Amino acid sequence: MKEQRLVPDPDFSSYYGRSILKAPVWKQPDVPLYLYLGGLAGASAVLAEGAAASNRPALQRVARVSAAGGAALGTVALIHDLGRPERFLNMLRVFKPTSPLSVGSWILTPFAAFSSAALASDVTGLAPRIGRLAGVGAAALGPALATYTAALICNTAVPAWHEGYREMPFLFAGSGAAAAAGIAMIATPVDEAAPARRLALMGTAVEVAAGEQMQRRLGMVAEPYQQGRPGRFLNAAKALSVAAAAGTLLGGRSRAVSALAGLAYTGASVLTRFAVFQAGLASAKDPKYTVVPQRERVDRTLSR
Amino acid sequence: MPKPVTKPVTKPESRKGGADERQAGMSRQQLSGPLHDVSTDAGYAAPPPRMGFFTDTSICIGCKACEVACKEWNGVPDDGLTLTGMSYDNTAALGADTWRHVAFVEQPTAPPAAAPATDLGMPGFGPPDPQGGLEADAGVRWLMSSDVCKHCTHAACLDVCPTGALFRTEFGTVVVQPDVCNGCGYCVPACPYGVIDQRKEDGRVFKCTLCYDRLSVGEEPACAKACPTDSIQFGELDELRERAERRVEDLHSRGVDVARLYGQDPEDGVGGDGAFFLLLDEPEVYGLPPDPVVTTRDLPDIWRHVGKAAIGLLGVGAATFLGRRR
Repeated sequence: MKEQRLVPDPDFSSYYGRSILKAPVWKQPDVPLYLYLGGLAGASAVLAEGAAASNRPALQRVARVSAAGGAALGTVALIHDLGRPERFLNMLRVFKPTSPLSVGSWILTPFAAFSSAALASDVTGLAPRIGRLAGVGAAALGPALATYTAALICNTAVPAWHEGYREMPFLFAGSGAAAAAGIAMIATPVDEAAPARRLALMGTAVEVAAGEQMQRRLGMVAEPYQQGRPGRFLNAAKALSVAAAAGTLLGGRSRAVSALAGLAYTGASVLTRFAVFQAGLASAKDPKYTVVPQRERVDRTLSR
Repeated sequence: MPKPVTKPVTKPESRKGGADERQAGMSRQQLSGPLHDVSTDAGYAAPPPRMGFFTDTSICIGCKACEVACKEWNGVPDDGLTLTGMSYDNTAALGADTWRHVAFVEQPTAPPAAAPATDLGMPGFGPPDPQGGLEADAGVRWLMSSDVCKHCTHAACLDVCPTGALFRTEFGTVVVQPDVCNGCGYCVPACPYGVIDQRKEDGRVFKCTLCYDRLSVGEEPACAKACPTDSIQFGELDELRERAERRVEDLHSRGVDVARLYGQDPEDGVGGDGAFFLLLDEPEVYGLPPDPVVTTRDLPDIWRHVGKAAIGLLGVGAATFLGRRR
């Protein structure tokens, strides 16, 4: 039998120290990886259209591969996570604005179609106009794909996620931009990669700043982001981000430095997504993060 | 107290392919705050009264008949036998295979140091001291409470379900359609009470249906039927709320000041529970959240922040193509 804590934390009451909430049953690495892939694909679609419009064919190709590949792999991760994968199409039997997962399914499905059509056209040279149109469609949906996942996790009772809903979309947008730009820096000649370098710098700055702001605002509910594995992951992500930014600014014109910096950007994004995911699990499993803020709210209301 | 008898209600004309689609839009659906007529809000034309549970924990004797009756009637699978060390509670928590859960809380009512530590309770000869049982129990308050799905007025599980598997019945209760659920698991962390859960070997989620099948033919739910002390009372929610107010007043007048209602207030964070409780201590002592709020209350604001971030990403993405070419 698993060891169970029978003595509750003295600072608050609980039922034998048991969690009040049910922790998400979403699997690892499926779901945190999907958070990363959604950000990568969404921001890549924007990058691809910019590259197409500014005549940067190598950057365009790389970004189109990231957009279509990220969407395809992300879809596989999502379906694999379902308890009944054969029923994945049930996601599309209704459209519910109250369910970010429903909204997300309706974003991901056309995005995957558009981004793969754009890639197919780019690779084969067939139907270039339709390909570009599909690329524009993917770029229009891309920012939504990269950020709706913040609504997905924040629209739960999980304290570390829900309470962070003001910053989480910006954290995810920044993280997605850094991931997409990072991959582009790895695989694109430096002559064409200037927009990717700029996007990576901006993205990683927003990612780190939104995360810091969120933790400052959350108070004790931020603890799961600072302790244990999520804390270590976030520290490592920050170190990678700083190193990547320094590499970009000092040696962005070097192919090798640029590729290493790109790897660091996208690695920081992966680590951040796993940290956010695991911090949510930790905050759901410990009744402290459910009881203490709610108890304070009740006591404030009563004392008024 | 007599059990309420409900009149048989006619089956709704369109159960499937009706309620879940109608609930899909946000237009009429209110996300938080008091809402008297949940079934009409969900799209039923002339629904029967909203039905619910009033669980009066002050008369619960911890017999667990409700747990057994629920499992028997609903065919809920066995979920293993573990000895938790949590008083008489070896059920541990609500879950996919536990739709009623009786909590047992033992509280010392006097400082432990005041008790003389002489009798080590060693086995001896002869009959037990007739006073012994009472003496031994003195100084302990035993709380028992049968927990269940709250059938919230604003049910987060239902709001976040992407397939429409979770729906609002004509009785105002919240039920999963197992033939639609695809096991996405979104409802699990959405529930502010930690009620609904995934059955691992099955993949889908399960929870209390408030015996939808029994209600549909005018029967009361199995747990309420089996409860020997009427701790679990089933009936029209409006009537139960009045009855609960009277019960609390009665207990207060008899000196039980700790009695309080939990989940009966339509002004609370979930718009009031369809299944509410009379408790003798703070909710968290029983494993209930002190001030639950339906997560979708904040969803419009969440979408606003997502929208800003998405537009920002598009703008920054476009801006990176300005400036020097290399």
